[in-house]
Amino acid sequence: MTGLAIAASGLRKSYGDKTVLNGVDLAVPAGTVFALLGPNGAGKTTAVKILSTLVRPDAGQVSVGGHDLATHPQQVRAAIGVTGQFSAVDGLITGTENMLLMADLHHLPKAEGRKVAAELLARFDLTGAADKPASTYSGGMKRRLDIAMTLVGNPRIIFLDEPTTGLDPRSRHTMWQVIRQLVADGTTVFLTTQYLEEADELADRIAVLHGGTIAAEGTAAELKRLVPGGHVRLRFTDPATHRTAAAALPEAARDDDALTLDVPSDGSQRALRSVLDRLDATGVEADELTVHTPDLDDVFFALTGAPALPAQSTATAAQNTADQTAAEENAR
Amino acid sequence: MSSQLALAVRDSSTMLRRNLLHARRYPSLTLNLLLTPVMLLLLFVYVFGGAMSGGAGRSAYVAYLVPGILLMTVGSTVIGTAVSMATDMNEGIVARFRTMAIHRDSVLFGRVAGSVLQSVASVVLVGLVGAAIGFRPHGATALEWLAAFGLLVLFSLALTWIAVGMGLGSPNAEAASNAAMPLILLPMISSAFVPLHSMPGWFQPVAQYQPFTPAIETLRGLLLGTHVGNNGWIALVWCLALTVLGYRWSRAQFDRDPK
Repeated sequence: MTGLAIAASGLRKSYGDKTVLNGVDLAVPAGTVFALLGPNGAGKTTAVKILSTLVRPDAGQVSVGGHDLATHPQQVRAAIGVTGQFSAVDGLITGTENMLLMADLHHLPKAEGRKVAAELLARFDLTGAADKPASTYSGGMKRRLDIAMTLVGNPRIIFLDEPTTGLDPRSRHTMWQVIRQLVADGTTVFLTTQYLEEADELADRIAVLHGGTIAAEGTAAELKRLVPGGHVRLRFTDPATHRTAAAALPEAARDDDALTLDVPSDGSQRALRSVLDRLDATGVEADELTVHTPDLDDVFFALTGAPALPAQSTATAAQNTADQTAAEENAR
Repeated sequence: MSSQLALAVRDSSTMLRRNLLHARRYPSLTLNLLLTPVMLLLLFVYVFGGAMSGGAGRSAYVAYLVPGILLMTVGSTVIGTAVSMATDMNEGIVARFRTMAIHRDSVLFGRVAGSVLQSVASVVLVGLVGAAIGFRPHGATALEWLAAFGLLVLFSLALTWIAVGMGLGSPNAEAASNAAMPLILLPMISSAFVPLHSMPGWFQPVAQYQPFTPAIETLRGLLLGTHVGNNGWIALVWCLALTVLGYRWSRAQFDRDPK
């Protein structure tokens, strides 16, 4: 054993003449969260389908949980749990019945199965709805039931394909807590997401999938180092003040139309204070000050040449709109 | 190998329980499928019965008609099988099953076992309707009853595997329902409603050797003591052949990578 929960090299998959994965290498250490980041259609779901034995790759070596995917798929299946992008619950039966179905398929003794089902339903806040048909659940509830079903049988490696797409902010944060809890228990989590914020928040390592290959891979910090540094932006309303400040801060990039100055900075308190001190020394005051640190959005933009989503500064509101749109697109 | 068998039995019975739960929770689906054979039974006996019996009397026509209607009930029930198989394949749940360390065929075995049980139950229900309007098997020994039951199970098994194959090959429930339509139309061109000799000569061989006619003639013979001839053997061969064909077709489709 190499300590890798998932190891893949040279993964290729085409559908007809459309190449989806064109030589993907992945290495996920056991007990970590790995995020595969990419826009819609980048091949994230195909990667998950291959790693979870659902689809056979055209080429490439894959080992999951120490078992070779091609020769021992059944051992791989025994080690993994999968929550796909689309709900994998049986809508015709109740939440409890869905859980007991999983318990039976994992060959748990009856009493233990009932215990595990009840515990997981409680953990995912579904006890109240446990006896209602799953088809009556909301999107967030279905997703929670889906993950609860995946956890029956304590898989060591869990695949989550866009676990928070289409969820409201509260459900999203619940999901994040669930994922953190899983990792705290020693589970390896492989998740895909189109949200940079989510990868940044959860993942130990992030790989950016673009055009069928891994465009970059590393920790969030490493990826951020790939793009030019951050800056402090000072904005003025009076052109004279702007000129004075520009003279005091000669290293700043100057925009005479917007009356702004971008001072290169790592965004630390010390750097910020130095900028403010120098401004104070000249006796001018900025009308607005914003700190811009490079985020994964910048990385994504730099790597793929296209912004994935609205900028991070507009945070949750924009994210929600994007979620809604994504959810609607999925529904169609 | 024996552990493989134990796994197959265990997982298939879990899948069977799931399908029976569906059937119990949503009985209207099963009952709807019974409507066609029951309606045709009543229509042909009470509306067309006078003309159909050719003067032999309504009760004679009931006796002639019921065995065919019973096997038509199987054809009607397995349309539901094709539809629910197609629906299942479009739900994420089957994808989930595929990523679990369960016996791979258990999804199909559980579906087939559930469908055969459902067919038998449906046939019993339609049989009761038949009895209520005057169908009386006569002279059938215990062994013949047993043989009739065996034929029913085999016939259900054969049509179910074909229906499962149709369900797997259909992109959605509507397509599956259309694909399985011949299973309820075939009895119309069998000896279920009218004797073969009343059909045009060129058509008689088609009607005679399609799967329904030999099975219907065999069931008639077992329950009413009519002449079976070689129909028993032909029915048996049809059942086994369709079972093997349907099984292999279904397996091949299920083993294919999902899109």
